[in-house]
Amino acid sequence: MRIPTFVPAALALLLLTPAAQADTLKISGAGGTFIYPLASKWFNDYNKLHPGVQINYQSIGSGGGIRQFSQDRTVDFGETDGPMTDQQLQESKVKPIMHLPMALGGVVPVYNLPVGGIKFSGVTLAAIYLGRIVMWDDPAIARDNPGMKLPSEPITVVHRADGSGTTYTWVDYLSKVSGEFKGKVGVGTSVTWPVGLGGKGNEGVSGLVKQTPGSIGYVELIYALQNKIAFSPVKNAAGEYVNASLASVSGAAATANIPADYRVSITNAPGKGVYPISTFTWILATPAMQDGAKKKALHDFLVWAVTKGQAASIGLGYAPLPKSVVQRELKDLAKLN
Amino acid sequence: MDDAVLDSTGRITPGQILPYRAEDLQRQGSGRSADRVFRLTTGLCAAVVGALLLVVILFMVKGSALAFRDHGFGFMFSPEWDPTNQKYGALTFLYGTAYTSLIGMAIALPLGVFTAVALVEILPRGPAKLISLAVELLAAIPSVLLGLWGIFELVPLVRRFEIYIYKSPTGLRHLPIFSGAPLGVGYLAAGLILAIMALPFILSVTREVLLQVPASQREAAYALGATRWQAIWRFILPYSWKGIFGAGLLGLARVLGETMAVTMVIGNTPQIKASLFASGYTLASVIANEFTEAPSELAISALISLGLILLVVTIVLNAGARLMILYLNRRMGTREVK
Repeated sequence: MRIPTFVPAALALLLLTPAAQADTLKISGAGGTFIYPLASKWFNDYNKLHPGVQINYQSIGSGGGIRQFSQDRTVDFGETDGPMTDQQLQESKVKPIMHLPMALGGVVPVYNLPVGGIKFSGVTLAAIYLGRIVMWDDPAIARDNPGMKLPSEPITVVHRADGSGTTYTWVDYLSKVSGEFKGKVGVGTSVTWPVGLGGKGNEGVSGLVKQTPGSIGYVELIYALQNKIAFSPVKNAAGEYVNASLASVSGAAATANIPADYRVSITNAPGKGVYPISTFTWILATPAMQDGAKKKALHDFLVWAVTKGQAASIGLGYAPLPKSVVQRELKDLAKLN
Repeated sequence: MDDAVLDSTGRITPGQILPYRAEDLQRQGSGRSADRVFRLTTGLCAAVVGALLLVVILFMVKGSALAFRDHGFGFMFSPEWDPTNQKYGALTFLYGTAYTSLIGMAIALPLGVFTAVALVEILPRGPAKLISLAVELLAAIPSVLLGLWGIFELVPLVRRFEIYIYKSPTGLRHLPIFSGAPLGVGYLAAGLILAIMALPFILSVTREVLLQVPASQREAAYALGATRWQAIWRFILPYSWKGIFGAGLLGLARVLGETMAVTMVIGNTPQIKASLFASGYTLASVIANEFTEAPSELAISALISLGLILLVVTIVLNAGARLMILYLNRRMGTREVK
């Protein structure tokens, strides 16, 4: 059989096309899935404003983002939902690493009962996830919900089966309010659960909860908002039962005590009106970047993202960074320039 | 024979002219160089396939070294899986894979073989064709979709069955295999999904095998005065047992490594329970769930080790099956028709 001449010609064209755009600056990043919808909007918008800069992002998970950035050095920046540990920073082949808060997220409890509007305190949630509280009419749940008629049904606990920043935030909070939880389960992206079923991803957890009468689970706030899933208020450190919202999550970042390197958990933050199961999501960058032009472009993008870009956060359901954090970050970003 | 040609089923259709004449063969692809190129190409392809397997095995052995060095061979038999405290063991996942595969095969094998018998021996051609087509389409459904269907349709159905057992006055729920809360997700739901996934493989291979049974075998059976049932049970199935065995192995291989659909309906709880209704975890599921966010090198190594164990299980099963065929062949040698 003879191959028509246009086939090699078309192939050659395909191979040559990218070379024609060699003058665009390409920056690559990898990390958590949580920020992906926001990140892709940012990169898209930024590319329209600055056609010379093109940023590619792979949402491979926070662990993968940390690895690719600090160990394999295959990307220009990393992204993570949980701060790098001291050990990870020590073992990193890239030094120094800056943690730059980009947006905020919350994790919310969801449940499946005919009774709506049940509120939870952190201690109660910890006891449920430890398997200490097994019935919905337990006195501890009744104390959180005075006057409410709770059904005498068994509780089915649902958690994430895949390693996830959502789990990290959830168990980080439960460990802060319950010593027993901290000792038995601890903090991590995947932990050993004493009880319960595992679902893969937010959709797996919400699917299991929807399908299992009497179940309780946790999902990202943004996922619950997008899918119109009702979620419960949680008692904060000031003793109020607060519903997660963009304002109450941002509030947690404003009242939390944030160290110079931004590696901080803002769960159980002090102050009124704040939602206690909130977290930053960070971009990992380094001033030690080799390529000066790329470094400058990344710097400019990050400055844009924490200022003008924050408007896009709200539109997509992410809580924006509070002004106090943005002010500090702009100063720190100067190190990248 | 000059005017005859073999059709696709191997039968000779008379009256047709062969597509080539001897002179044609003189022109294209003649000579030793063409032979050599052909041999080289095919040989290279075979070598690439072999090397591919070797590369994958090497990767897994290398990747799992850390976990085995750290935990010793106790890794295989420890029921603990605690990423926060860096303690890893394979036992719960091995158990889950074995249990769900067993359920899946226990359903799919008889269902597949009997359906194949119906298609080949009993049903008229039209409906048989239709059913074959439907089953082949079943194999084309992505496992993620089957998993979703599992969560939304199958799991509630399984839960209804579990509640029925739970409330049944017969006291069935006191049996260990029916004990526990009616959750819907768990070994049973996973096994049912696996059965659906293995079915097309088992059925289509068994059907092909039954079609290969020579007419003489059937005629001999009927000549001896066998009823249809006797002909199938005593003559046709024994004649093709080796092929059916192979069909089962193919189905099993599919079932052992299945990931997405099982992950969505098994509950992902690393525990060892006898009950069909309990939630569990499989080797493939835990790899899929935890790999992207594995917290440390050791965790990654432990996950790769689970993959290696799965591979070894598959190889052992395959080798065992081959040995068994060899052994049975020798014992039944006199009955084999070559």
